[in-house]
Amino acid sequence: MSSSLLQNPQRDADHLQRVLGDDSLTFAEKAISIKNVQIKANSGFTRPKVAAAAGDIVIVNVDLALAQDSTGPLAIRSLSEMGIERIYDPSKVLLVIDHTFPAADEKVANLHSMIRDFVSKHNCMLVEGSISHQYVLEYLANPGMIILGADSHTCQAGCVSAFASGIGSTEIAAVWATGQLWLRVPETIKINLSGAFKKGVFARDLILDYIGKVGEDGANYKALEWSFSTDEVKERFSIDSRACISNASMECGAKISVFPVDEITRNYLDQNPRINDAQRIEIQSGTSAKFKDELEIECNNIEPQVSGPDNIDKVHSVDELGTVEIDQAFIGSSTNGRIEDLEIAARILKGRKVHKNTRCVVTPSSVKVYEEAMRRGFVEVYLESGAVFTNATCGACVGTHLGALGENEVCISSSSRNFVGRMGALSSKIYLASPATVAASALEGEITDAKRYLQ
Amino acid sequence: MGNDASPNVTGHTISKGSAWVFGDNINTDIIIPFRFKSRTNDPYEMAKYAMYGLDPEFHNKISNGDVIVAGRNFGGGSSREQAPVALRYAGVSAVIAESFARIFYRNAFTIGLPALEIPEIRGKVMQGDELIVNITKFTAENIRTNEIFVAQKVPEFMHQMLIEGGLVEYYKKYKRLPWIY
Repeated sequence: MSSSLLQNPQRDADHLQRVLGDDSLTFAEKAISIKNVQIKANSGFTRPKVAAAAGDIVIVNVDLALAQDSTGPLAIRSLSEMGIERIYDPSKVLLVIDHTFPAADEKVANLHSMIRDFVSKHNCMLVEGSISHQYVLEYLANPGMIILGADSHTCQAGCVSAFASGIGSTEIAAVWATGQLWLRVPETIKINLSGAFKKGVFARDLILDYIGKVGEDGANYKALEWSFSTDEVKERFSIDSRACISNASMECGAKISVFPVDEITRNYLDQNPRINDAQRIEIQSGTSAKFKDELEIECNNIEPQVSGPDNIDKVHSVDELGTVEIDQAFIGSSTNGRIEDLEIAARILKGRKVHKNTRCVVTPSSVKVYEEAMRRGFVEVYLESGAVFTNATCGACVGTHLGALGENEVCISSSSRNFVGRMGALSSKIYLASPATVAASALEGEITDAKRYLQ
Repeated sequence: MGNDASPNVTGHTISKGSAWVFGDNINTDIIIPFRFKSRTNDPYEMAKYAMYGLDPEFHNKISNGDVIVAGRNFGGGSSREQAPVALRYAGVSAVIAESFARIFYRNAFTIGLPALEIPEIRGKVMQGDELIVNITKFTAENIRTNEIFVAQKVPEFMHQMLIEGGLVEYYKKYKRLPWIY
């Protein structure tokens, strides 16, 4: 197997300092280089002396490898077919039952049982009833970790400066077996944020606007690295907002989407203690790092956005859209089911009634978010407005339970995707927007922005 | 897909079949919807929902060995490995696209579904054209036009893994992962 020199680079303080202090490297190059496994000659892989560069294919040590209830069973089957009995390090393996929780039917229940049996056999981590990405953010992610998940939105953990990316089930099985995987070092697109949002505009509008401009493959294979023009701008982006942006960056193909570590990150990590022993390694791109592209987004220029139907890069301002009547409004998912999202929805729904032709479903992204929503009185607000408040799960986002769509139904949703048939019938239509726009639309029975409810 | 459908396995590095032509951004929700893939762990069951988002009867219409030809960003969205698995077990012998989404591309090699990135393929294949796909040479030939297209090269370990029929088959044969020496 692999050998030598950089087998455990964390312990190689000199190497770590050389990489972190190298001004010519991007975040992605540094994050991969400090976890790079030195391998034998003539294997066909790059053997960087100190650091890997964009385009290199290297092998890395992985700090956390997760799968969920719709990708875990295939990973477990692949591991079994390979005849691998042992997991490399159970403390770095996380199984999450989140997509269809609690089980909606017998078939789902049987696959959930398969996951529980695997966890008890290997003594790895199991979470039921919080979305994996939110749980990872709340309890496990640390700056500088390499987190791989059999779920595309694993990239969310980039909001606290982890190198986090989605892969498939069988590759996750390989990581469980060896603790390692090959990665291609991505090129980086650097995006500097400036200004302030207008009323009714949020992080989700920003990322939808960006995806609308670059397209569904606009950042395919690339790292997105976000920065702020001033401290004032930085203060406007909470961890919840950053998580929304990192998560939704997947929809333009990004391999990772990272924010630098600052006081907001450190405060969040201090207030939400990690339950693992992963090291906190703060990584910043060097001042002379080479970027594929560098751009500036002026937040003041962004209007409330809506995406869809059928493709995420079909993005308009709500004003441009024209009249679209809706059957359902969904606030939830890993993209926009955090406490900040539930708070703005409660603010808009408070003392008002959901339109008689519209169902409104609110689904928190984790148990912790659920508890906080109860503590702050949001649940009463939803129920009084006529909305449904569900347990924490992916739920309606994947059309599996708790808000599936019938033939020709139309939904406005804060969830991740609007692809054909994702929430149910192939003839149903999904539009994506911020939780504020979704809540305002629930009140009016048609897609509208939230400006008038936020005076 | 008939009962005799058997996915491309070790040794079958040349396949011949009809082209099914699709456009850009064919995402994984189209290739297999969540509500079906999340209720089975059986690849032949997954195959019944291949391309369901565009045509729920696709699995009945295709013949073993047929080839999907698509535009940009094939396989975007979800990380679901069930997407390439459903195509492979439905009888699809290869997917040719102008470009692939990152996770689908990794998954295709991992599960042994040949994914050939051929940027100039747009307009060069019509629905029903007979294609010969050579996995060793990583080429596709359109019999109607006599044109041969060479796919973008991939690292040798990925190519070897694909030729063996994917990561599981590779591991069974060599007792090691293709990227660990």
